[in-house]
Amino acid sequence: MLARAATWWTVLRISIEERLVYRGDFALGTLMRFLPIVTQIFLWAAVYEAIEAAGSGSTRIVGYSYRDMIAYYLLTMVSRVFSSMPGLASGIARDIRNGTIKKYLVQPIDMLGFLLLYRLAHKLVYYTVAAAPFALVFFLCRGYFAGWPDGSTMLAFIASLAMAFLLGFYIEATLGMMGFWFLEVNSLLFVYMLFSFFFSGHMFPIDMLPGAWGQIVKQIPLQYLAYFPAAVFLGKVTGPELYWGLWTQFGWTVLFIVLSRVVFHLGTRRYSGYGG
Amino acid sequence: MMNTLTSYFRVFLTFARNSLVRDMTFRTNFLIDLISSTAWVLMNVAFYTLIFRYTPAIGANTGWEKYQFFLFLATSLLINSLVHALFMTNADDLSELVRTGSLDFALLKPIDTQFLVSLVRVEWSALGNFFVGLALMGYAMYKLQYVPGVAQIVLYPVYVLCGVAIYYSLMIALAATSVWLGRNLTLFDFWFYITNFSRYPMEIYQGPWGTPLRRLFTFCIPVLVVVNVPARLLVRPINPQSLEDWILPGFAILATIGSLAGSRWVFQRALWSYRSASS
Repeated sequence: MLARAATWWTVLRISIEERLVYRGDFALGTLMRFLPIVTQIFLWAAVYEAIEAAGSGSTRIVGYSYRDMIAYYLLTMVSRVFSSMPGLASGIARDIRNGTIKKYLVQPIDMLGFLLLYRLAHKLVYYTVAAAPFALVFFLCRGYFAGWPDGSTMLAFIASLAMAFLLGFYIEATLGMMGFWFLEVNSLLFVYMLFSFFFSGHMFPIDMLPGAWGQIVKQIPLQYLAYFPAAVFLGKVTGPELYWGLWTQFGWTVLFIVLSRVVFHLGTRRYSGYGG
Repeated sequence: MMNTLTSYFRVFLTFARNSLVRDMTFRTNFLIDLISSTAWVLMNVAFYTLIFRYTPAIGANTGWEKYQFFLFLATSLLINSLVHALFMTNADDLSELVRTGSLDFALLKPIDTQFLVSLVRVEWSALGNFFVGLALMGYAMYKLQYVPGVAQIVLYPVYVLCGVAIYYSLMIALAATSVWLGRNLTLFDFWFYITNFSRYPMEIYQGPWGTPLRRLFTFCIPVLVVVNVPARLLVRPINPQSLEDWILPGFAILATIGSLAGSRWVFQRALWSYRSASS
């Protein structure tokens, strides 16, 4: 047990050190990533200005004031920092295709656990290095926020972010392991990326979707990757709805953890590696 | 002179044909590229359609209502797809040529190096969005019951090409910096972040922050000119509203010439600083 913990600790430490090599470039890159927000701020200002000029009474879009909208975009960037897993699924699929996945199978190490720790290390470093640029941007944009939410909302926000990380990881890992059956999963991943961008709430608050679309999107797990944590922070989801939301997110997370284990088990049964 | 132009054009046709042959060798891949880039565009159109469910226009009294904005979007698609098809892959490859030293082979050929490295590979699948742009334009015009006049029909393509030229200049200048930096992985990031500002009508940049920003991206780095000038030519052709509206089309021509000359200069300087990577 202790030896095992030591192994995992080493994996985590090495991954952290590896990641810290390019920290300067990294911090600058993070700051640059906020540039598109500038265009969003102006775009939405123009949209709200036009709504006000039309004078239909309310200057809110599905309950979002202009300030809410900008705050929402900033918060989804935080959610995405937790839930996005660049290169995870394609990496797993590549390992399966060219056979390097053998390294996990022949060593006394659990692949999913290893990858999870590896990601965790990357994310931890990312938060440390990105904290400064994030703090700067949020400080500059503090006018768009109505203030800090209360303690329990904050707790719910943090819980939903932590689950967003796990959910994002296990969805992508499961998709990547589809490579055991299809070998080439890039098109599948592309479809996932496309849907995830649109329906996770990264592009706009999903409450804006009308009718049936809105209903469908509320039923699938993608909203928990970006929309849900942001909406929790902004107080758009409260009371029983909040509890229900957190439990549903928890349910999806557990489902994908189990699913990824099953897929891994079945996949490695199917897999055959040749050569050295 | 004429002779040189014809032979360069023929070389370009050869590039285009070779790329097409190559693309057609991997037909499924080509089809997937085509579908995926179209899907992104359709998703964007869906996003704007959604926005216009809630607002009559982008900006009060700017004239950018739904279908006017779709004309803007269509213009943006035409320009972007041309840039993507002709130059993007090549500009991206340039840093790799520099890093590995393969640029030597390009320098040895009896042809203008910038021409060669900028156009050698034509990405045919990117042209899919050109047709999506045309379709969107037709749809918006139909909805607006708008028939362009002779001046529009003549000037619009000219300004679209100006836009392509400005984007190209920016891109090749950015790519050329890889000679000094060794490698340039952030090229696409930079490109994305700068051109991001040109995705919307310039009227949205207003106020104490917006106005300086608009001037910066109009007169210093002229990316706002790229889509706005041709799109405005279609959308509000007869009634220029401010002094800027009068100046802008003239300035766009100047900006095009300036950008091309500037990027040529940067590229030449980069070549002078180039030291081959291998022995």
